Amino acid sequence: MVSFTFDGNPLKAPAGCTVAAALLAGGVSTFRTTPVSGMPRAPYCMMGACFDCLVEIDGVPNRQSCLITVETGMQVRTQRGLRSLAAQDRETQHAK
Amino acid sequence: MPNDRFDIAIVGAGPAGMSAAIAASRHGASVVVLDEQRGPGGQIYRAITSAPARRRDMLGPDYAAGQPLAESFRACGARHITDAAVWQVTPEGAVHYLHQGATSTLQADRIVLCSGAMERPFPIPGWTLPGVLTAGAAQILLKSADVVPTEPVVLAGCGPLLYLLGWQYVRAGVPIRALVDTTSMQDYRRALPHLGGALAGWRYLKKGLALMRVLKRAGVPFHTGAQDLAAEGSDAVTALSFTVGGQQHRIATSTLLLHHGVVPNTQFTWSLRADHHWDDAQLCWQPDADAWGALSIPGISVAGDGLGIGGALAAALQGELSALGALHSLGRITMTERDRLAAPLQSELRRQLRIRPFLDALYRPKKANRVPADDVIVCRCEEVTAGAIRQFVELGCHGPNQAKAFGRCGMGPCQGRQCGLTVSELIADARGVSPAEVGYFRIRPPIKPISLGELAGPA
Amino acid sequence: MNTSDLIVIGGGLVGTALAYGAARGGAQVIVLDEGDDAFRASRGNFGLVWVQGKGFGMAPYARWTLRSATRWPELAAALAEETGIDVQLRQPGGFHFCFSEEEMHSRQERMQRICDDLGGEYCYEMLDHAALAAKLPGIGPDVAGASHTPMDGHVNPLKLLRALHTACQLRGVRLHGGHRTSRITRTAEGYEVEAGDQRFRAARVVLAAGLGNRELAAQVGLHAPVQPNRGQVLVSERVSKFLDHPTTYVRQTDEGTVQLGDSMEDVGLDDGTTADVLSTIARRGVRSFPALQSLRLVRAWGALRVMTPDGYPIYQESTQCPGAFVVTCHSGVTLAANHVFSIAPWIAGGDPPAGIQVFTGDRFLDPNQTFHHAH
Repeated sequence: MVSFTFDGNPLKAPAGCTVAAALLAGGVSTFRTTPVSGMPRAPYCMMGACFDCLVEIDGVPNRQSCLITVETGMQVRTQRGLRSLAAQDRETQHAK
Repeated sequence: MPNDRFDIAIVGAGPAGMSAAIAASRHGASVVVLDEQRGPGGQIYRAITSAPARRRDMLGPDYAAGQPLAESFRACGARHITDAAVWQVTPEGAVHYLHQGATSTLQADRIVLCSGAMERPFPIPGWTLPGVLTAGAAQILLKSADVVPTEPVVLAGCGPLLYLLGWQYVRAGVPIRALVDTTSMQDYRRALPHLGGALAGWRYLKKGLALMRVLKRAGVPFHTGAQDLAAEGSDAVTALSFTVGGQQHRIATSTLLLHHGVVPNTQFTWSLRADHHWDDAQLCWQPDADAWGALSIPGISVAGDGLGIGGALAAALQGELSALGALHSLGRITMTERDRLAAPLQSELRRQLRIRPFLDALYRPKKANRVPADDVIVCRCEEVTAGAIRQFVELGCHGPNQAKAFGRCGMGPCQGRQCGLTVSELIADARGVSPAEVGYFRIRPPIKPISLGELAGPA
Repeated sequence: MNTSDLIVIGGGLVGTALAYGAARGGAQVIVLDEGDDAFRASRGNFGLVWVQGKGFGMAPYARWTLRSATRWPELAAALAEETGIDVQLRQPGGFHFCFSEEEMHSRQERMQRICDDLGGEYCYEMLDHAALAAKLPGIGPDVAGASHTPMDGHVNPLKLLRALHTACQLRGVRLHGGHRTSRITRTAEGYEVEAGDQRFRAARVVLAAGLGNRELAAQVGLHAPVQPNRGQVLVSERVSKFLDHPTTYVRQTDEGTVQLGDSMEDVGLDDGTTADVLSTIARRGVRSFPALQSLRLVRAWGALRVMTPDGYPIYQESTQCPGAFVVTCHSGVTLAANHVFSIAPWIAGGDPPAGIQVFTGDRFLDPNQTFHHAH
């Protein structure tokens, strides 16, 4: 099993599964809120064709979680609206 | 810079791609196969090489049939580039792909596109709510991660894949609260003449009915002839409402699985500006192709569901035929040899495809679920509603590209995969013409997302 | 009814601006537009309302451009009021980046020459790297500096197109899409235009058909030797606001996407994209703002500019066929205000505006001149 976090909360998933599968199995409902209107979204197609499974992984925003294998220690976060330009932004925000 | 050159490049390692690679390698061509996944199989045979026996058994014999194919593929000698996202294919034979965080290019004399199919968009009210997924998505979760819903699910729509998923769920012990089928008696009446006397047809029908029997014996509640489907909820789906014979129903669920068919993935073929035609039986765009899958663009062919929906076995046959076509055009086999090898494949392909008119008629997706009411979101990425698009038509938009310019539908990251068909049909319906006259979005690379840094290359 | 006071051939940014302007003056207007798959330069542009650097050695063009930029707020306000659509006009001033001292030097020479030609109407400044970094945090170390003017701005070009279409519709302009014009004939009352399978009649006709003008112009005794010139553009995912000012090669739209351009290629009627040019554009973008490197592309496109041999517009009424006009330019966004407020009234029957006499198509008939299109 692989240990990782979602919005700071610890989750576990079998090695080799995608981040999206791991999050769904972990009971996560909202993966992102849209930049257009802020409505909540979660995976729809699971094959990289809908872009609704976007989350922030280890500081990098807008990653298609259905195409990425979950790894130990990954820090996954809800993708809230627009991404910011630099991945560092989140780290500086947390440091404050 | 092109750093590799091959006789044949195959995009996609599903049944078509694997078969094409096996056949092409057998005749001595240098072959490369690029696929997004780590293991071969495409979507239909997803994770087949890593599936434990228990899971293979649960998913059924049609899935298990992918294993010998995958094994032959692995042994055939073709180069297999995994975790590769192909973002552009050019008429000159360049394949640009993203691999391990960097762009690469390879060059091939012939390209076979085997990108398969995608779920048909299912724009009903609430389809964008968390907890609403496609049946295909549910199967991918099952195949790749053994992930199943823990709460009772509702399956809604029509088509063999929906019932197959239900059957797989029953075997996996997943509680199904309801199977809401949009198929009606009228659909059966329309479809039955297409069954013909073909043995394959009756065999298929028997298989389908057996599948249904398992579902019914497991106590899955069925609702048939369902209309007015809507997913309810605010932050996530909480119920599916629908009507049957005018009577309102509402079934509580936190997981709603939708499906009303798959359609060819035409992103590459449109980006190449190959000729396409609208197929009214399958209600989708199909690239124009000859008996070998060759497109109107020289040197490029398509095999598998990307040509038109035919299923995994047909895809494998088409893959092999496309390889023979490519081998002949490269001068590696003679025309006589090609035709001799092709004959049994073509005859088997005809047999496999004989069931299609029946299935296409029986499970023809309902218009209301393809051309929705004004307040339904059509473009998920940009949140453009059907009503907004109808307004653009009134403003003078004749086709999807003008509508895209006016309202951004189709401009999001999915590049029209989830809305393209709906937009074409919606505009056609508003104008009172066939989708053939309306056309499709102008699809352009990058077909898969690539970052500026990746595109810029090393500093 | 297929009769009107004015027929506008072409429903893009130029055509709809002219139609709108004419309708504002009370004219009955018909617009004839091609189908969904036409080349449509209008859909492929950067949205700049750009003044700096234009009209080098052609002062009338610099003045014409400046005039349009000055009147743009009026256009934006009129469209907002009439249609409710905010075309997101922002005129905060713009930057043209230079990547070497040599580029800085030649840019300054260019800007100064234009400034001198306009006799002081034109203000600009050259900024070195440090001064630029103070105004645009995040600018890359490779950027030697930039020319900056307060005159430059940008707009959402697709909202502009929709606003013009809507404004036209609200003012009773009849737009016929899917009607490609094939033939224009002179009649007693004016002109008859065959488009699609129909015929339309009006006293006056204006050719605003982009690349199509070349063939149509000859039918009314005009000369419009336009050629396609391809530009490729990259569009990124949406990102939180980091750039308010437009720059020649990078701008952030009101939706948050980042657009990067561009190229100038003579490839005929090919509006495709090529990996090598896209790569070059990406590289320049990342050099300009290194933080952009993590940004993902959502799409790329190519579009065909409508280019005259010297790159300057053609505004001409036919002497052979009075009442027939040709209008072409490759800056349909910047010049939109002039097209609505100055050109349209002339085409509808008023006096020609000042400053456009030099922009005839006939200038290209001079055998003693060679032409080179500036950007």
